[in-house]
Amino acid sequence: MDAIDKRIINQLQGGFPICESPYQLIASKLGLTETNLIERIKLLLESGLISRFAPLYHAEKMGGALTLAAIKAPEETFDTLAKIINSFPEVAHNYQRNHVLNMWFVIASDHPERVAKVIQAIEEQTGLVVYNMPKINEYFVGLKLEA
Amino acid sequence: MKLDELDRQIINATQAGLPLVPKPYEAIAELLNINAETVMQRLMLMQQQGVIRRIGVIPNHYRLGYRYNGMTVWNVVDERIDELGQQVGELEFVSHCYHRPRRLPEWSYNLFAMVHSKTETEVKSQIKQIEILLDDANLGNDVLYSTRILKKTGFRMSQ
Repeated sequence: MDAIDKRIINQLQGGFPICESPYQLIASKLGLTETNLIERIKLLLESGLISRFAPLYHAEKMGGALTLAAIKAPEETFDTLAKIINSFPEVAHNYQRNHVLNMWFVIASDHPERVAKVIQAIEEQTGLVVYNMPKINEYFVGLKLEA
Repeated sequence: MKLDELDRQIINATQAGLPLVPKPYEAIAELLNINAETVMQRLMLMQQQGVIRRIGVIPNHYRLGYRYNGMTVWNVVDERIDELGQQVGELEFVSHCYHRPRRLPEWSYNLFAMVHSKTETEVKSQIKQIEILLDDANLGNDVLYSTRILKKTGFRMSQ
């Protein structure tokens, strides 16, 4: 990652325009050619520096629901449990964390009733209790991590 | 916002990634057999309505050098949670801030604030700032660092 990549990442965290030639617009802001910008985004995706370049859809605003849930995964079966949980397309993110509750995942669906069903299915398939912690109130979401 | 079939087709065609070609919206339009104007109008409307938070990149925190991604969790007295949650959310280093239910007896925390840092010193100082802000309304706290990304696809609409 060089200085140009950093500027691309910082610029594109802020938003991408909806117009006929959006790459051209951003490229000229960054002093790059359109082709060069597209190539660099491809490489950033391939190398894993950025995990996605897409519209971020909001499950709740489209009539869906989401929640944060956690389990106490025994160390011996941790990876198997991660595989089971990740296999649900409704599981959007999953992180290992340093706590007794050591696996934390977000379940999101445009069909709100799916959230409870996925939790139930995970409990059945893992034999573990799922600690469900849906938000009561959202105070802030949004951060740009400077590259 | 009530979505129709066309909105759903556009979502399905874009949620994993925007086409990396000079005219990406035209590429989506061709795929769906509609015109580019319609795609752009629908996307703009969804963005106005908040169905699209933003179009852009999701960086990998770790790869950008942010090694300390901490979910700080706090047991805040119920009467003051909204007032204090708002203030914690306003701190410039907090990326997400939520009131969530406690799960007693194992889990006594009701305020969740995500912080991201490149160094341990910096993350410690961030946690300290939240601690000072909450003061005596804080009945106990912890920080859970992520040690591994197990999945990071993001929300996907059902097919």
